[in-house]
Amino acid sequence: MPGFDFSNYNRNAALHARGVPLPKATSTGTTIVGCIYDGGVVIAADTRATSGPIVADKNCEKLHYIASNIWCAGAGTAADTEFTTSLISSQLELHSLSTGRKPRVVTCMTMLKQHLFRYQGHIGAYLVVAGVDPTGTHLFTVHAHGSTDKLPYVTMGSGSLAAMSVFETQWKPSLTQDEAVKLCADAIESGIWNDLGSGSNVDVAIITPDKTTLKRNYIKPNERSQKLRSYAFAKGSTAVLNEKIIRKEDISDFVSVHEIAVEGGDSMEVDT
Amino acid sequence: MAAMFSQNPLMNGPNYSFNDAPTVNAPEGARQHRFDPYTDNGGSTLAIAGADFTVMAGDTRLTSGYSINSRHHPKLFKIGGTTADQKDATLVLSVVGFAADGEALKERLDVICKMYRFRHGKPMSAKACAQRLSTILYQKRFFPYYAYAILGGLDEEGKGAVYSYDPVGSYEREQCRAGGAAASLIMPFLDNQVNFKNQYIPGSGEGHALQERERRPLAREEVEILVKDAFDGAVERHIEVGDGLQMMVITKDGIEEVFLPLKRD
Repeated sequence: MPGFDFSNYNRNAALHARGVPLPKATSTGTTIVGCIYDGGVVIAADTRATSGPIVADKNCEKLHYIASNIWCAGAGTAADTEFTTSLISSQLELHSLSTGRKPRVVTCMTMLKQHLFRYQGHIGAYLVVAGVDPTGTHLFTVHAHGSTDKLPYVTMGSGSLAAMSVFETQWKPSLTQDEAVKLCADAIESGIWNDLGSGSNVDVAIITPDKTTLKRNYIKPNERSQKLRSYAFAKGSTAVLNEKIIRKEDISDFVSVHEIAVEGGDSMEVDT
Repeated sequence: MAAMFSQNPLMNGPNYSFNDAPTVNAPEGARQHRFDPYTDNGGSTLAIAGADFTVMAGDTRLTSGYSINSRHHPKLFKIGGTTADQKDATLVLSVVGFAADGEALKERLDVICKMYRFRHGKPMSAKACAQRLSTILYQKRFFPYYAYAILGGLDEEGKGAVYSYDPVGSYEREQCRAGGAAASLIMPFLDNQVNFKNQYIPGSGEGHALQERERRPLAREEVEILVKDAFDGAVERHIEVGDGLQMMVITKDGIEEVFLPLKRD
């Protein structure tokens, strides 16, 4: 069954009408930017994800893979940006396989806008699409309702005004790669400091005709400060009211067990 | 069921009465005129009473929505000194919520404490000031000061005293209290580290018979460390807390004030 599952729609509508609040989605408050330069295009993002006033993730990834030569920065509802980009990514891969050509950025942008327009803004994905293809270097924004823009420099998300103020004061035609990266990183930093929905680190992706370079945590201006003392508890500090031991050998009596190879990934920072 | 959708982690029971649900039945063409005099300016405060001192603290960020209006807007005020610089004050008031109301409240309480001091030739006691503050808040029961106040000082025996309030004047003397945006993040930490809640003496018994860790008065240095760590933690997880930490320590020798940096993102 393709598409969304609406089977709970009537029940939830009835509950909502009686005053039950809707569940809150994780939103990537966000500053995202993009900028074309002479040899390619750069996109960048902050790494804070929020749920209301609470920071849900301090180091999330907002730069999404579409194809090796096309990347996408996402703001808005975290799940929507994640699923929309991966859906279009796989459709584009199949399209590229059947045509035997490299995917084009306009194709990607058109597929995104048609998908988002169909859902009339209910899919809350606000995207910056950037890439290099045989027709040249391209940079677009796509709004949740389906409108698009094609510009030499773009910003989106709650920190878009802070970031745009940097572009409007510092941008100039024909930048070098280093200048474009610096400009994008500065724009994101402006969002990190001045917009409460954005924070933590700067991620950057540089797309050129030859290759894409993803610089995860390119700048880390918000390292967590050291705790002034240890808060480790002595073993046995917690009251144990009852105890049941299940041995590793017997674990399969209770749940189904699969062996999974542990892959790399960001480990969360924890106190020791 | 309602609890499942609750956005408030503090409430794990149903927090929404179906009878109280807002009904939309405005007549056709009716227009609603509204007056919205309040803003939430975010931020957080904290107070801990010691054996012969009280530590008060608050962050210095002033927000509205996703914007920072100021990175240095103090929430702690010395109350009831005889001079403009309040150098002989004996009490401290902290306010969070709506900054304009907080400042108006501080101004009113300060004037009252000053008048008292000039009439009686002695500063107002913490107990008396606490009761007076409650009265000020309740006088505006139906157009409240949208401010969560905490009053700190020393009691008649010289022990640390912390009084905490709701916006309409309900108050209580406590050992410690966190207020404002990150109160729900800081208060459990304080319960555990100041009053040693949920800490038991290892090996002192089985299950319910386990003995609670005995409370002891904390030294001033320990309290200051707890305050700093509490705010560093809150800054990590709450977007409205940050920029600077204002801390005041009230002892019999007066009030010491320090400002420390916090993360600015």
